[in-house]
Formats: sequence, C-alpha cells, structure tokens
Amino acid sequence: MADVKKIATRDSYGNALAECGADYPNLVVLDADLANATKTLVFKKAFPDRHIDCGIAEANMTGIAAGLATCGKIPFISSFAMFAAGRNFEQVRNSIGYPHLNVKIGATHAGITVGEDGASHQCLEDIALMRAIPGMTVIVPSDDVEAKAAVRAAIEYQGPVFLRFGRAAVPVINDRPDYRFEMGKGVLLREGTDVTIIATGILVSAALEAADMLAADGVSAEVINIHTVKPLDEELVIASAKKTGKVVTAEEHSVIGGLGSAVCDCLSTHCPTPVCKIGMQDVFGESGTAAALVEKYGFDGKGVYASVKKFVS
Amino acid sequence: MNKLELQKTANEVRKGIVAAVHGAKAGHPGGSLSAADIFTYLYFEEMNIDPKNPKKEDRDRFVLSKGHTAPGLYSTLANRGYFPVEDLPTLRHLGSYLQGHPCMQETPGVDMSSGSLGQGISAAVGMALAGKMDNKSYRVYTLLGDGELEEGQVWEASMFAGHRKLDNLVVIVDNNGLQIDGSIDDVCSPNPIDKKFEAFNFHVINIDGNDFDQLEAAFKEARATKGMPTAIICKTLKGKGVSFMEGNVDWHGKAPNDEQFAVAMADLEKISEELGGAN
Repeated sequence: MADVKKIATRDSYGNALAECGADYPNLVVLDADLANATKTLVFKKAFPDRHIDCGIAEANMTGIAAGLATCGKIPFISSFAMFAAGRNFEQVRNSIGYPHLNVKIGATHAGITVGEDGASHQCLEDIALMRAIPGMTVIVPSDDVEAKAAVRAAIEYQGPVFLRFGRAAVPVINDRPDYRFEMGKGVLLREGTDVTIIATGILVSAALEAADMLAADGVSAEVINIHTVKPLDEELVIASAKKTGKVVTAEEHSVIGGLGSAVCDCLSTHCPTPVCKIGMQDVFGESGTAAALVEKYGFDGKGVYASVKKFVS
Repeated sequence: MNKLELQKTANEVRKGIVAAVHGAKAGHPGGSLSAADIFTYLYFEEMNIDPKNPKKEDRDRFVLSKGHTAPGLYSTLANRGYFPVEDLPTLRHLGSYLQGHPCMQETPGVDMSSGSLGQGISAAVGMALAGKMDNKSYRVYTLLGDGELEEGQVWEASMFAGHRKLDNLVVIVDNNGLQIDGSIDDVCSPNPIDKKFEAFNFHVINIDGNDFDQLEAAFKEARATKGMPTAIICKTLKGKGVSFMEGNVDWHGKAPNDEQFAVAMADLEKISEELGGAN
C-alpha cells in the first residue's frame, strides 16, 4: 500500500469549500482561530469577504452562523470536532437543530488520529452527540473524494449537516470514474457471504484491507461504506445482515452512540443479528503518532482483520 | 404613535401578558412586564416590520435573547396584528403555536428561536453581520436580561460585535435587577453593566426603560451612532403594572391563580382609565 495516494480529509474540506465558493455566492465559512488547521485558509484566500474568523469563541460562532442562516447565507462553521460538537453541543442543538437552520458543521480533527495532542483533543463522542439531535444529518467521509463530494452535497441540501473530517492523511479509495455520492445511501464496496463489515470514515479502507486478509483465510466478508451515519441506509444494512447473519461495525469513535449503535438500533428492530462493534471501547485516547494509535487500538487493516476473525470463529 | 398612545398600547400588552400566563398556568410574567414598554416601543415605533408579511426580506429583526419572557413578545406581536390577541391564553398548551419559549417555525413574527440564555445575542450578531455583508439597511435588535449577562456567550458575542463595528445592532438590557435566585447583586453581580459594554467597544446609553421619552431618545441616538454597536441599558421595574408583582422576585416564573388574575387585570384596567381609555 506504500504507493497509495494519501490526503487528510480536513484538506479535502478546505479545498472543496474553495472550489464551491464561486458556484454558491451565499456560502460563508466561519472559524474560531483554527483556519490554519481546519484548512479553510484556502477558502479565506480565495474569498476573504466570505470568511469570518470569530476568534476562540465556538459558542458565539455557532450562534452567528444561525443568524446568518436566517438571512439566507449557507454558513459552514469550522473547528475541531471536540469543540464543534462537544463544547458546542447545546448551541448546535438549540440554535441550529431546533430551528432546523441551514448551517453546516465542519468538524475536523475527529477521533484518535489527532495524534500527539492527546485525549483532550481526540473527540470520540461527536457522532453520538450529533446523531441524537432531531433532523441533523451526520456524514463521515472515508477519503478525499468522498469528503469533497459530501461538502458539495451538504451545500445543496437544505438543513443542518454535521461533517466529520480527520487530521491525518488517509488513503484515497474512491478515485474512480463512476463514484457518486448520495446522502443517506451506503455503498456496497465488496460482496461477501460470511460476515458484513460496516465501516465509516478511515475504517473503510481498513475494512477493505481486512477483507483481503480474511479472503486468504477462506472468510468471505462483505464491506459496506456508511458515509452517512444519519439518516442510516437501513435497507442496505438489513439486506446484508440477512445475507451474512453476522455484522461487524468499525469506526474511529466510541462504541457508545456512534455507527455501531446506529446499526444495532436498526438491526435490533428489523433483523436481530449478532454484532461486533470495533471502536474505542469506552476509553479516552492518548498521545502518540496517528499511525501508532491506529495500530494500538486496532483501527488498521490488521486490527480489523483480527477483530473480525475472532468474531466469526 | 405619541407618548400617550404608546403608554396605552403598552398597557394592553401587559394585559395580554397576564392573560397568557394565567391561561398557561405557568410562564414568566415578571420580566415580560418589566420589558413591556421596550417591546411596545420596538414594534409600534422603532422597527421596520410588516405584520402582514412577517418574513419580509429587508425587515428589521428582533431576537428575544431572554426567551423566557416570550409572553411579552407574544402579546406585543398579537397587539401589533401578527395573530389574534384571543390566542394568547393558549400559551404553553399542547398544540399551541405559542410555545413556552420562542419558536421561529411556529409563531409568525418570531425571527429566531431562543430560550437558552446567552444564545440569542449571537444569532442577532449573525443577522447584523449578514446585513453588513449584503449592504442591507435593516437593523437588528436583541433584548437580554440582566441575569443573562452572567452567561459567557454574551461577552463572546459582544466582543465580536464591537470588533466588527456592527452599528446596525442594538443590544437592549432589561435591567430589572432580579433573577430567579434573587437580586442580581446577591447572586453574581454583572455590574457595572454599562462599563462592561463600553469595554467591549459599544456605544452605551443608560435610561429608564419604562419611560417612553427616554426610550425614544435612546433609539434615535442608537440610529445615529456609526462605527460601533449600541447597548441600551434599561433600568426597569420587574412585574411593572401589577401591584403585587412589582419588584417581587417571586413573580419571575409563576402564574397568577384566578383570584390573583382578577386583581392583576383590575390593576391594569385602572391604569387604562388613568390614561383615558384604549387607543
């Protein structure tokens, strides 16, 4: 995999905003002193009048975005997931979610791949928090191609959207001519019969690697990319669970409240199926390089392979 | 409207507040009554609005940051013709479009949902910023409680508004001196309020917020102020107009029973008579 192109989805976020700026004159981007890190600096350079730095004040940034949205703007608020979803939960819930305003939340630096900054900045609860807000769409892109497509789709969509991006460069896996992003639709990446791996974000490429390794052991794994955690593509999840009878979910997030919980919510109602949840097992992260953390917590191909292998044996 | 007409209108707004809270058997009369003159001046004199077209694009905007005083806003909107005054007692009832706290999707004339203190001012700042970005001439008004000033987000928003020189924004503080747990001085004093807003680069005006001459002068001064937002600090009397509610913190968030309702309406009827009847 050494020659695979790698791009951090936070870069995709900034680039997509800059690419969309000319097409959508009402698009405005807000930051809380992190434009350098959220990569919205690219947008700021291209459209300085439509970039608003709110200073280190995420709660106010969120309210300003709400006010802008009532006046017809399409605001993207940018910050680390910890602040965009965590510190800001109640502002997002009451100032954006309750009035269902057309604000997009660009949350970068999600999960443990924040790396060296450690647990205080590694948000593992954002999907759970945002998923619980009525009417909130939650998108976790798996790579550069998907992240850029998701940004454009979020602009086109009328209503609040939470977009989750990462700090570390990740393999580009969707660079193919027929790639198409449809909000709320999962993607069947690989057909299989023995087990279904439902992954989101950076775990999608790990799931594909794991499926290769499992195949060598004679285990046929189906791989589904759920880029939109909410609304969940229940039809695809149920159909695959019915086919394989075993489901593994994989996400760079707590196993409480994220993709795994969403899949369990769906299956327990419509198609009770044994589920193994790969994710952070109710623990905080820690400092380390992204690669070392991914390996330690089993979020790489080998880690996913080991978890699935244990589950199906 | 002249001063007498405004006073009469504010008294009708107060009657609507009492009727709404009595009908709801819950709600916040104290801070609604203290701000009734502010609401009245805004909606009957100051703001460019059209009750027939509540979402008119270039209208002036109002955000009730102290959202718990929704009865004050609702009664003002009803008296201004956005919806029937007779609907006010449905406040907080299941299925009513008059939710316990302002909901922009439910109620005609409500420009922003609010209720969680400290958040409304940020939305107002966003509206003012949008106006500047689009070179629009509309103005944005937001009303805060003095207890609400204890929320940190108020100062985040104020810092931004001052920094961006949003002179199309007017922050109004209903300084009635009381919050749920008691006097603002005892709980966690936000004083001196005027000095704080000055420090955040606002033009600050101190007035008696229950005096229409002073309200008129202050809003005119705000309109003439360029290059900075204005904060109007309004000293008011909590519960104003209802004898047993005036200055009494117990009436922050409590509804009158039938007997108290009768006394309250008699108090306000007496004021009507003193003012020479309705408009």
